Amino acid sequence: MGDVLVFAEHKHGHFPKSTLVAISTGLEMARKRGGNCIAVVTGDNCDALAGEIAKYGVSKVIALEEPRLANYLSDAAAQALTALIRGRGAETVLATATAMGKDLMPRVAARLNAPMASEIIAINDDGTLVRPMYAGNALATVELEGPVRVVTVRGTAFDAAKATDSAAPVEKVKAELDAAGLKMEFVNFNEIESDRPQLTEAKIIVSGGRGLKSGENFKTVLEPLVDEMGAAMGASRAAVDAGFVPNDLQVGQTGKVVAPELYVAVGISGAIQHLAGMKDSKTIVAINKDEEAPIFSVADFGLVADLFKAVPEMTEEVKKLKH
Amino acid sequence: MKILVPVKRVPDPATTIRVLADGSGIATDNVKWVINPFDEIAIEEALRIKEKQAGGEVVLISIGQQTWQEQLRTGLAMGADRAILVRSETPLDPLAIARVIAKVAENEKPELIIIGKQAIDDDANQAGQMIAEMLGWPQATFASKIEFAGEKCTVVREVDGGLETIAFALPAVVTTDLRLNEPRYASLPGIMKARKKPLNEIAVDTLGVDLTPKLKIKTLKAPEKRQAGRKLASVQELVAALHTEAKVI
Repeated sequence: MGDVLVFAEHKHGHFPKSTLVAISTGLEMARKRGGNCIAVVTGDNCDALAGEIAKYGVSKVIALEEPRLANYLSDAAAQALTALIRGRGAETVLATATAMGKDLMPRVAARLNAPMASEIIAINDDGTLVRPMYAGNALATVELEGPVRVVTVRGTAFDAAKATDSAAPVEKVKAELDAAGLKMEFVNFNEIESDRPQLTEAKIIVSGGRGLKSGENFKTVLEPLVDEMGAAMGASRAAVDAGFVPNDLQVGQTGKVVAPELYVAVGISGAIQHLAGMKDSKTIVAINKDEEAPIFSVADFGLVADLFKAVPEMTEEVKKLKH
Repeated sequence: MKILVPVKRVPDPATTIRVLADGSGIATDNVKWVINPFDEIAIEEALRIKEKQAGGEVVLISIGQQTWQEQLRTGLAMGADRAILVRSETPLDPLAIARVIAKVAENEKPELIIIGKQAIDDDANQAGQMIAEMLGWPQATFASKIEFAGEKCTVVREVDGGLETIAFALPAVVTTDLRLNEPRYASLPGIMKARKKPLNEIAVDTLGVDLTPKLKIKTLKAPEKRQAGRKLASVQELVAALHTEAKVI
């Protein structure tokens, strides 16, 4: 059958780039597997969202609705999706490996007794999938057996789907939920407000490491450069662990994986685990006072310098470029 | 409270990983084996909960070969009470791992299973969630804080865009993230005591769960190495290069 069901994650009434990546991955997989790509939107009332995602080249959109799906919780979402998949008989269930995708998809897999491949970066013609292991130091070709498979895709691995002139039909389905199996309560979400681009969507990222020495320095030294370049701000694990910046900024094997046009690593030594999160960036710049720092081995342009002098200088030079 | 903590043996994160020429795996001759760092955080959290509640039991479980006893002894040395080694000569895929742990949990009846969010070798990030679904329990992944009020558990999770708080009654599965705690080192007295703590072995095929592999790794290869670029002498040169050569600003 080869149908691919794509879980279309949404936030604040629209679809992040990561969802459009899932859509294009689903479209490619459906092409290779000889099936249809169907987007699934879950929530309380999904009319507007379903109508929006319908423009991105899928064969159909299913609006899976239930008041208890208004705030995402893994048990309710897993129940709803699984009941739908059992009813429709899809071969692959797909989502982007965002925090939500990672939280939800293994639950769906277990519920379906289906194997799951996490964070694929490529789909082979023979149906096998490629995924990174060992912090990206090995690429594994994997095979999933059984009538249904679950897949999450790395957000940097495929281009975002583009809107077209036509819209697929939308089908509204009432989600089947078993109250006895719903045991979780959403309490709150402390969202980090920012005017800057999202890390996972930005063309330019400027990241700071332990070399910045304090959260205050992130503000006074790094942020002017970030904003002059219209960039998103990232950080190494060390900077987050030290409390300089929130966890949401962590780039790396166990944080966010990014691949922007330009990645500027400031005061970051370049541990394997950090490289795992950014080494697919098109152009990499490293500014570090230690000329032996491993980050220089992946940098296209390296500057051995004291960041407290170099970064303000760079902010000025970039400003000059605009005039 | 009884807390079950699954523990995986993985290569030390600082290991230089080399893919074998035939693609069958990684070279292990230079590998130092350790407890998966996220599972270490799980053990630490279990110990802190036990200490705060002045009672309870922390039980470790591994699924692997005889050598995995090393890591279980380290966990016992940190302060866990006993360990279970489910002997399996071949590695199992995440579904099978989850089935084994869920089966053991059905027998052990822990109130809480705390497990690392991912193993740093396969980076799958599946087991905890699968265990939760198989047991029909709530799950809280990427936990940065766990609190209890009676039978209710509140967890703050690191998600995209910020921190989310969810709550549920026990029993439940929690997967750990980096900021949950900083694990203790095993003390010398702890290491001595660990030798006497129970470490029971069971053969995986005596549990009566389906172990058929459904996720198969066909081959491994090394990624394309990124070529190093060049070092520049000044900020001016750097900005000029980015503007005229790379054309990214």
